[in-house]
Amino acid sequence: MKNSIIQVENLTKKFGDFTAVNGVSFTVEKGSIFGFLGPNGAGKTTSIKMLTTLLKPTGGQVLLDGKDPVTDQAGVRRTFGIVFQDPSLDDELTAQENMEFHGVLYKVPPLLRKSRTEELLKVVELWDRRNDLVKQFSGGMKRRLEIARGLLHHPQILFLDEPTVGLDPQTRNHIWNYIRNLNKKEKITVFFTTHYMEEADRVADQVTIVDHGKIIAQGTPAALKKKARAKTLEDAFIRLTGHNLRDEDASNAETMRMMKKMWRR
Amino acid sequence: MSAIYIMWLRQLKRYFRSKPRMIGSLGQPLIFLLAFGFGFGKIYSQSGRGDYLQFLAPGVISMGVLFTGVFSGIEIIWDRQFGFLKETLVAPVPRLTIMIGRTLGGATVAMMQGIVVFALAFLFGFRPQLQALPLALVFMFLIALLFTAFGTALASQLSDMQAFPLIMNFLVMPLFFLSGAMFPLEGLPSGMALVTTLNPLSYGIDGLRASLGMASFYGMGTDFLVLSLCSAFLLVVGGYLFSKIQI
Ligand SMILES: Nc1ncnc2c1ncn2[C@@H]1O[C@H](COP(=O)(O)OP(=O)(O)OP(=O)(O)O)[C@@H](O)[C@H]1O
Ligand SMILES: [Mg+2]
Repeated sequence: MKNSIIQVENLTKKFGDFTAVNGVSFTVEKGSIFGFLGPNGAGKTTSIKMLTTLLKPTGGQVLLDGKDPVTDQAGVRRTFGIVFQDPSLDDELTAQENMEFHGVLYKVPPLLRKSRTEELLKVVELWDRRNDLVKQFSGGMKRRLEIARGLLHHPQILFLDEPTVGLDPQTRNHIWNYIRNLNKKEKITVFFTTHYMEEADRVADQVTIVDHGKIIAQGTPAALKKKARAKTLEDAFIRLTGHNLRDEDASNAETMRMMKKMWRR
Repeated sequence: MSAIYIMWLRQLKRYFRSKPRMIGSLGQPLIFLLAFGFGFGKIYSQSGRGDYLQFLAPGVISMGVLFTGVFSGIEIIWDRQFGFLKETLVAPVPRLTIMIGRTLGGATVAMMQGIVVFALAFLFGFRPQLQALPLALVFMFLIALLFTAFGTALASQLSDMQAFPLIMNFLVMPLFFLSGAMFPLEGLPSGMALVTTLNPLSYGIDGLRASLGMASFYGMGTDFLVLSLCSAFLLVVGGYLFSKIQI
């Protein structure tokens, strides 16, 4: 693929003896929507952290728009925007202040910042609550604000780590329409993870499935369904990754993390 | 530049929105002024050194600045735990800029805390010479900057609050008590003299006293130089450590 904007080669991350990401290779085409799927603990978030300069790889090579996150952190940080899986808002600031803060850090010009903040807060239906402190928001409202904030500047690559988790169907639809529109109009490459397979089926051009830190399938949603002889992507996913529940072999820490996540919701 | 400003502004907003913290951090200086200022006052004046409160007040003001500064720096741990740190770490702004912005914000907050303690001491009868007040503010700011940078550098190495009591009891408390905040630096036993000489806070308090018209031990120029160099050093070290943070 000559027009690839993300190139990952043999990417590996070890935490002590444990290998979270194990020799992963893939490319993402410029302007496409790329779904990175896999069961809990597969290594999706860890991979994204390495792509976005938050974590140093143990091995392998990553290029974002030709820049290496290890050696050219500043260059890489100029290419992407991200919505994290875990919360990353300042609870002591209002919704609007969080947007403003982000806009200044990402050098969005003041006028554009204003108009986009209004547009986005209306999309996620928080415009009326813009002057409330984030700590007074519900879990879903916080999630919506994280997404709105992530869309405030228009980078070349947008990372979305389980963006729609915990959101009601209407909001999810709304947000995906907005993102797809951005992808079409501004040619923003979208790299996302999700556990909602019908969502991945609907929006992704290409899908990569990882499990236990390794890639087990790659292709268009249609191709994957065909390969697994499944009607839906969900069936294909289950067939490819097996039926066993993840917490069976998950480490203690992972189980705790999942419980914490459930508690938060 | 605007990134520094927005980081600075955020620290201030957080401070002013947390009233319990503002009030709570006045408790300790208040106790020191009362218990020591009035408790020891008599012994001190009997030894022919004049009014202890006048001597102690700059030390207690510095204490307010020290604690608030270290605490503001250490706040990064909360940002890490609540996740906000990530937002600043991936921004297309050099991490040194981020670190400087939040350190300046924390230092401003710490200095304001010092001014409040100053006012408190004034209520209790602290009557310094005020001709060189701007100079006193400079020293307060330098102390604030130094110890906020110190807190930031420390916190960039910690992933949770478990080490917090350790830092308070084995670093911040000794810094305060072994600094000349409570006692004059003249004629100390040599071991103690060495410790106070190595403690940068000693120079901060000495400079603050000097700028408020009291006798200086090191000389105001030395005070200024030591504080500036230490601050610059810690900013560089803190900036480096901050830029190496992984999540
Ligand atoms: N800092 C860390 N130290 C040790 N192990 C870690 C660390 N971060 C992640 N792991 C482990 O790496 C594995 C992959 O985690 P990761 O968060 O990448 O999974 P994920 O695919 O994003 O899962 P989920 O769908 O639950 O978000 C897990 O087993 C996790 O326990
Ligand atoms: Mg994840």
